[in-house]
Amino acid sequence: MKTPMTNLEMRLAGYGGQGVLFAGRVIATAGLLSGREVSWLPSYGPEMRGGTCNCSIIISDDPIGTPLVVDPQIIIAMNKLSFDRFNDSIVPGGLMIVDDSTFAMEATRDDIENIIYPYAQFASDNDCSDEQGNPLGNLLMVGALWKATQFCSEDILDEALVQSIPERKTALLEVNRKALALGKGL
Amino acid sequence: MTQPQREAKRLMKGNEAVAEAAIRAGCRTYFGYPITPQNELAAYMSKRMPQVDGVFVQAESETGAINMVYGAAAAGARVLTSSSSPGVALKAEGISYLAAADLPSVIINIQRGGPGLGTIQPSQGDYFMSTKAPGHGDFKCLVYAPSTVQEMADMVGDAFEKADEYLMPAIILSDGLLGQMMEPVALPPIKDPADCPQHDWALTGTRGKRAPQEVNSLRLYPEQLEATNNERYAMYDRIKAKEQQAEMYRTDDADIIVVAYGASARTAKSAVDLARDAGVRAGMVRPLLVWPFPDDALDSLITGGTAKGFLTVEMSMGQMVEDVQLLVNGRLPIDSFNRTGGLVPEPKAIAERIEKLYKQTAEGGN
Amino acid sequence: MTGHTPSANEKAIFTRTKGLTDTAFTYCAGCMHGIVHRLVAESLEELDVLGKTIGIAPVGCSVTATNFFNCDMLQASHGRAAAAATGVKRVNPDNIVFSYQGDGDLAAIGTAESVHAAARGEHITVIFINNAIYGMTGGQMAPTTMPGQITQTSPYGRIIAQDGYPLRVVEMLATLDGVAYAERVTVDTPKNIRTAKRAIRKAFEYQRDKVGYTIIEVLCTCPTNWGLNPLESADWMRENMFPYYPLGVYRDVKAEGYANIVDAAAALLEEQTAAEAERQAAEAAKEAAKVAAKGGGE
Repeated sequence: MKTPMTNLEMRLAGYGGQGVLFAGRVIATAGLLSGREVSWLPSYGPEMRGGTCNCSIIISDDPIGTPLVVDPQIIIAMNKLSFDRFNDSIVPGGLMIVDDSTFAMEATRDDIENIIYPYAQFASDNDCSDEQGNPLGNLLMVGALWKATQFCSEDILDEALVQSIPERKTALLEVNRKALALGKGL
Repeated sequence: MTQPQREAKRLMKGNEAVAEAAIRAGCRTYFGYPITPQNELAAYMSKRMPQVDGVFVQAESETGAINMVYGAAAAGARVLTSSSSPGVALKAEGISYLAAADLPSVIINIQRGGPGLGTIQPSQGDYFMSTKAPGHGDFKCLVYAPSTVQEMADMVGDAFEKADEYLMPAIILSDGLLGQMMEPVALPPIKDPADCPQHDWALTGTRGKRAPQEVNSLRLYPEQLEATNNERYAMYDRIKAKEQQAEMYRTDDADIIVVAYGASARTAKSAVDLARDAGVRAGMVRPLLVWPFPDDALDSLITGGTAKGFLTVEMSMGQMVEDVQLLVNGRLPIDSFNRTGGLVPEPKAIAERIEKLYKQTAEGGN
Repeated sequence: MTGHTPSANEKAIFTRTKGLTDTAFTYCAGCMHGIVHRLVAESLEELDVLGKTIGIAPVGCSVTATNFFNCDMLQASHGRAAAAATGVKRVNPDNIVFSYQGDGDLAAIGTAESVHAAARGEHITVIFINNAIYGMTGGQMAPTTMPGQITQTSPYGRIIAQDGYPLRVVEMLATLDGVAYAERVTVDTPKNIRTAKRAIRKAFEYQRDKVGYTIIEVLCTCPTNWGLNPLESADWMRENMFPYYPLGVYRDVKAEGYANIVDAAAALLEEQTAAEAERQAAEAAKEAAKVAAKGGGE
């Protein structure tokens, strides 16, 4: 990615249930633990009901004005709908990370970096799923984001994961760690 | 005396941070009713109140909830309710009674767009409802206008303290953006409910130790009601003199003063910086309370200040602008930048309006 | 009011209850509020709970009840007494909390608050004055106004096709699990007054013992707005209201053998669960019989 990291603006998007908001929380927490200003803003309302959901994240060296991300540097798209919706919004020099497990997708812009991989499928193939059997493609994509940007230290990313997992789900920490590692290794 | 240490920052939603901060401010009584975008607040309370021996009741309606608040406040409790715009409108009856019976309480409004069912997206369309009087009759509420999750957490404690000091309801005028977003927040220290003010007028039963007392807003005789109203408005004057609060951002040498509160002030602040980069000396006054309105801060920028014009930024069709107009009273030009429908102002668009107003004032000055 | 101090050869056989202040009632001649106020006040005094009682006065004629009851009083907005009572009681659960409400207050504008306070099983006592009319506002049609009854807003008499049917409040509330005790009484005769007193006192005892929500509906007259003298009013009430609003106990969980609403509700659910299992078994047997009759062909 060729845009400056002093004010990192990104959006994560996908279907409800793909772990969009959770992945965003991990990223935002990593920003917080890095001692930077962060904001995390979910889409809410009817969009949440069966449709797509997304969240905006800003990690900045300065106090954050609007938490809405209008000109994202990074989009993490967990489905084709999100790819189609947000692809054009990325600023030149930015980054698109997209999961093509279900639909074949091709990069349409050459002024941004494109990372296309069947993350969910790969997670599924490697026994990285939550208790309901949903593949943890979301954490693989966070790993891919880290690999592409190193937006925080590796230790902090791990600590962010630990802090983001709610108490009643601590049993899922290890499988999430595994997913994160897989993503970083791709 | 050592100040209690604040905890390390954690990432929290505004709706949850304000709820936790209320508990830390000694609030052990909450009544609510579901409405988006404030549901996380009630959900948080339903989980936390039993853990701290507190009271949580999901009421049958907003009117039910606010009247439970009325009963609890009359019984001397530090009590909270929350809702979003249409729900707060329903609470109006009870808020009027709270004000009329001199009962402290805090009402959180996570605003959404209206009128009518409108949208669940953020808005600042309840400025009139909050600052003029959210209900029938002559009265006011203290109205806090946080613009970050941290301020939501900090202001709810202030609101409880001031509500107790002046014996009146206080409103936290927030919105869906601040309620839904997560930001790092350092939660305020924990206050023991036993350390909250105990009111001798509270209806706890006489216990055979005092005469029966009543909490009542009925004033059947005209002279009696007028005297009560006069007394209350004298107190409002004291509040206006003492409790105005505003953040002054780059106003020292500013030609154009942006006035914005809450979520829209976040964007307006970025716009001020953009305008400065473009060579316009811009600044911002951000009311921390919108009632009482920071008249003195604004006035100081006109008399003895450098202000040549004002730009209000609101997520409404222009409501706070009327308070600015009242204060400025024709002395300087005022422009207003408004977005509604859940749309949030963008820094670039505001900055352009700052530059435009600057050009107009420069021409006018020739 | 100055009391009479008995001399050495006199014996006090009736004294004013400590549950009322010395303020003289300001209700109309023939109005039954005064009697009901006294019964409530006597009950609180007898149970020695005046010092921990908070009464809730509604909007309506009894808005001035704050002047008469000799305990802490809260005045609530129209219809919201049950919600305000909930707030008071939840903050201090050991207090005795009662609301005193009219029919318009409780059964029209405050229906939601009333039903849900009962459904939650709030440990409060509701004294419900049903006089089939809005008194304070000058005699408009109430939710309990009788079919055909002429009021300011039913000048042709209550027309069912237009205005619907009167609400039977205690019958309705008695269906709710949260209700421990619901009785309808009246105060038109010494005998009925004694019955009403027993009911009101029992309601407060139940509240004190945390048995559940309690409501006493008191059929009353409103001579002023009915346009009748007090005696005619009592006759009118007996003739028209008694048949529609039968006096009696509609719910009493202790009389049914339960300690409180929790036990009563559990027993009811158990009974219903057993009945439902029986119904499902019968249905399954019927289906099986049908299949067998068809000989399994298909």
